[in-house]
Amino acid sequence: MAGITTERILALHAAYTRCIDRNELESWPDFFLDPCLYVVTSAENHRAGFEGGMIYADTRGMLTDRVMSLRDANVYEKQSYRHIVGMPYVIKNGGDEAETETPFMVMRIMHDGKTDVFATGIYLDVVHAAGGDLKFKKRVVVCDSSRIDTLLALPL
Amino acid sequence: MNVNVPPGSISNSPQPTEWPEGTLTRVPFWIYHSPDIYALEQQRVYEGPVWNFLCLEAEVSKPGDYRTTFLGSMPVVVARDSDDEIYAFENRCAHRGALIVLDGGGHARDFTCVYHAWNYDLKGNLKAVAFEDGVNGKGGMPKTFCRSDHGPRKLRIALFAGLVFGSLSEDVPPIEEYLGEEVATRIKRVLHKPAVVTGRFTQMLPNNWKLYYENVKDTYHASLLHTFFTTFGINRLSQKGGMVVSPSGGNHASFSFVDKSTQGNDYAAMGLRSENEDFKLKDPTLLDNADEFNDGCHMQILTVFPNFVLQQIQNSLAVRQVLPKGLGETALNWTTFGFADDTPEMKTRRLRQNNLAGPAGYVSMEDGAVGGFVQRGVAAADGERAVLEMGGSGTTNEGTRATEAAVRGFWKCYRAHMGV
Ligand code: FES
Ligand SMILES: [Fe+2]
Repeated sequence: MAGITTERILALHAAYTRCIDRNELESWPDFFLDPCLYVVTSAENHRAGFEGGMIYADTRGMLTDRVMSLRDANVYEKQSYRHIVGMPYVIKNGGDEAETETPFMVMRIMHDGKTDVFATGIYLDVVHAAGGDLKFKKRVVVCDSSRIDTLLALPL
Repeated sequence: MNVNVPPGSISNSPQPTEWPEGTLTRVPFWIYHSPDIYALEQQRVYEGPVWNFLCLEAEVSKPGDYRTTFLGSMPVVVARDSDDEIYAFENRCAHRGALIVLDGGGHARDFTCVYHAWNYDLKGNLKAVAFEDGVNGKGGMPKTFCRSDHGPRKLRIALFAGLVFGSLSEDVPPIEEYLGEEVATRIKRVLHKPAVVTGRFTQMLPNNWKLYYENVKDTYHASLLHTFFTTFGINRLSQKGGMVVSPSGGNHASFSFVDKSTQGNDYAAMGLRSENEDFKLKDPTLLDNADEFNDGCHMQILTVFPNFVLQQIQNSLAVRQVLPKGLGETALNWTTFGFADDTPEMKTRRLRQNNLAGPAGYVSMEDGAVGGFVQRGVAAADGERAVLEMGGSGTTNEGTRATEAAVRGFWKCYRAHMGV
């Protein structure tokens, strides 16, 4: 058992955000176990104990479907994200599974150059050292604000 | 930028304000960005003889519960008093006009304005004025001051199928009449028992509110802009659908149901049946639909003028409140819901199917952006107009969704209120 260290968690976050920010969404589902839980919600809804979100996926297949839908079905103006991810706070580390809380900020860059703070919040993660590689068993993206500007196409 | 131009020095025509000649098949683009129209809408639409959707009854379920919302631009408090009745009043202190309630909702026995501590009951009556009798015999309000003469404006309330509507007008028709029989029936079809809120979020739309409202009523764009179902080979052709428009033109319901003579009612199977292996849902449980209303109708989108949308997309249920936040900005407040007796399977189904709608919705995320495309597209087109001739020029019920009848209905209703 390799064990989960802060360094490995940092490397996972770096690879995850690099994947999205470089628009390599096809690899994005690989960061998750199957089944998994990926939810994008707001702090208010999270506090209220609502399970759902603007995005909700409980299998890796659903993540793959979202990428396919974004690539081939959905219409949105060309845009990219820049994730800035803070230090993970380790809530619990059981050796092969750890629970962490990590702040993030995402800038959205539109094709015409318009750049805005699109979202800030925390990632509530359960990471698992499955077969050596760290993967997300659970990633609940809790946005500080309940407002989404225009639409939420690319994953956070 | 403020440039002073001497009167008469510019020869181009001023901003046109006349509606183009003829029928409801033309919409002038100045209607989406005229400040005069925006101001007039507050008076004639929101404060006029309409029922504005305020919130769900479930959101103010116990005496003392309150929520804040808006009637157009007017901030509003909705509260349930100890008599178990729901009241709503302008969220504006009678003293100097500060907001009385600052947060989004909660539970209270009364409300105190933070500025000078004037106090209100849950009905919006002014109950106490700080230092009303002065201090040590000095100051205080004049003897002639009567608290009951002062207070925020109160709204009339209409409850319908767990929805709370409010109006400032004495002339607005009773809610059933306002909705129209067919639309009323289709609201009750979905809200046939008390709703339980499962989430709330706001989508900020970069466009005038009317562009979103037209979009919801525009059945023509559905399969053209939104290609999720067709991309994944989920066969829509065998579906039957239609639309009803209320006599006022302002309310509508569009719906579709699977034609059981040609298809089973099995969405998962339809997703799997796709010809192209590359475009097959990896996890078709997303579309594992339950016919919860026992009528085969898997999709119903309904509007009530001027700000309400009820959504049933398979088992994804939500209400949406459309609020103007400026000429080119609109808040779309989503509240997703289910029912108290939902089974665990139904709960999971709703959680999954809520992916279909909302800011990240597979089927409808485009609706958040397309209004902005128009707003930007018509920026300099005050003299031009949109063409609404799909399905003719009428506003009546149609057995098809290849029509702009409900959009024309919206303009019929809007123009009647606005006098434009
Ligand atoms: S403004 Fe409310 S008490 Fe003065
Ligand atoms: Fe749409």
